[in-house]
Amino acid sequence: MKISHEEIQKIALLSRLHIPDEKLAETEKALSDILTYVEQLEELDLTDVQPMAHAVPLYNVYREDKVVPSLDHELALSNAPEEDNGYFKVPRVVQE
Amino acid sequence: MKYETVVGLEVHTELKTKSKIFCGCTTEFGGDQNTHVCPVCLGLPGCLPVLNKKVLDYAIKVGLALHCDILGFNKFDRKNYYYPDLPKNFQTSQYDLPICLNGYLDIEVGGKTRRIRITRIHMEEDAGKLVHSGSTISTSDSSNVDYNRTGVPLLEIVSEPDMRSGEEARAYVEKLRSILKYLDVSDVRMEEGSLRCDANISVRLVGDDKLGTKTEIKNMNSLSALQKGVEYEALRQAELVDDGGQVVQETRTWDDGKGMTLSMRKKEAENDYRYFPEPDLVPLTISDEQIEDARKTLPELPDAKMARFQDEYGLSNEDSRILTALRETADYLDATVKAGADAKGAANWMLGDLSKMVNEANITFKDAPVKPEQLAKMMALITKGTISGKIAKKVLASMWDTGKDPDVIVEEQGLVQITDTGAIEALVKQVIADNPKSVEDFKSGKGKAIGFLVGQVMKASKGKANPGMVNQMLKEELSK
Ligand SMILES: [Zn+2]
Repeated sequence: MKISHEEIQKIALLSRLHIPDEKLAETEKALSDILTYVEQLEELDLTDVQPMAHAVPLYNVYREDKVVPSLDHELALSNAPEEDNGYFKVPRVVQE
Repeated sequence: MKYETVVGLEVHTELKTKSKIFCGCTTEFGGDQNTHVCPVCLGLPGCLPVLNKKVLDYAIKVGLALHCDILGFNKFDRKNYYYPDLPKNFQTSQYDLPICLNGYLDIEVGGKTRRIRITRIHMEEDAGKLVHSGSTISTSDSSNVDYNRTGVPLLEIVSEPDMRSGEEARAYVEKLRSILKYLDVSDVRMEEGSLRCDANISVRLVGDDKLGTKTEIKNMNSLSALQKGVEYEALRQAELVDDGGQVVQETRTWDDGKGMTLSMRKKEAENDYRYFPEPDLVPLTISDEQIEDARKTLPELPDAKMARFQDEYGLSNEDSRILTALRETADYLDATVKAGADAKGAANWMLGDLSKMVNEANITFKDAPVKPEQLAKMMALITKGTISGKIAKKVLASMWDTGKDPDVIVEEQGLVQITDTGAIEALVKQVIADNPKSVEDFKSGKGKAIGFLVGQVMKASKGKANPGMVNQMLKEELSK
């Protein structure tokens, strides 16, 4: 299955990946090859097969509604790239 | 009206569980920033979410109350998007197999009942909160994130585009809020964000079947904002189409101060959520037995209560709707009747004086200092003739202020009705002597003058004379 230039760019945008122009052709080929390989599955007759919701045949795993202690505040923030007054500080995000 | 407004609503309601949907962090509001977080709700690698059973129980309850089909097999999915209020870069939600499908809710607007179909209800997690360093997002060079709210359980309730006005949209949310409150599954406070509402709005020529291009309106944080937002947006679209323009499919925000909707300029590609099944949570199977058990736990809901108030209590449609909007109010009436009061009389007191007091105190009937049994006792004093209806108002106000029983107040303040014939007769004679003009009027055929004279006697008795006796004795005295 061939994947288009535009699709590569859209996927890159959605995944927040920067693909330099000189790498576009290479990425296009790699992704197309993977899709072609997976495409073989389409030969199977799946008329009476239910879509699989989970790989493990396990259902209904719950926990009771009980509060347990949260992380220590310092520890919670220890992975933050930047911290400000107990907050995770992130670059400005504007949707435009 | 050339154009018809078409509205569908997406309502998010926070469930009042103690812990979050997939971890044991507290859902309590107002903790210091990032103190109600753990590896699961921070999306740290290597941790596993586990569903809070209560969230599922609540979702089934809400689904049944809204006449939905409960799906025997449902599952969670990842909704992928990048925004820092989601530490995982995806929101755990339900996509193609949600917990509930195909329900409805009946609303009443302008005396007409309208059935609003509910497309689906699904369980999901709430996102965190962004605090901007500048006064607005565009003047800030960074944002601060608090993840305390991340993972608080939400139900998203999606309606079909079945509403035709801002008023109907408002009535729908009002009714939905009432039901959620009856079920005791959410605080449903719009101003505080525990119930949030987005509207999909379009317009079309009256008689058209095809839907017009819709816009999505966010940030309507009260019932009146919702109604105004829908009305404004429908008008904006109608004017746009009238001027030969076209509605652009976009997300807009309601600015309550300006009273208008503003474009949020969101790129189309951003809305490609690439849902896929959540591998960290196993699917859910729900048996018919489980559903029937849940149905048994449902309280009597507003519609059923309203019908009962009309049938059993003989209340009007309008009165029973007002009295069933809040469970606390309906329970109060039931308790007053159970304490021996006449239902219609109790309803009148509740709709009149008591409602005023409850509203002024900004509380519900549940917390009223006058308890249902006390209202019933006070009404019994009127029936017995111990106090008049007029004095009862005074007694009720004192009961509200002091919490004391009505008989104690009547005793303390000497409010017992005067039923002593001699005492009333003396007052009647005095009033007749003092008001020759009115007496003349009455005798010359102006029947209305009697009302004035009765009023004077009541005034002279400080409201304590039995009005029926006063009326009768005045008539007797005047016809002598
Ligand atoms: Zn947590």
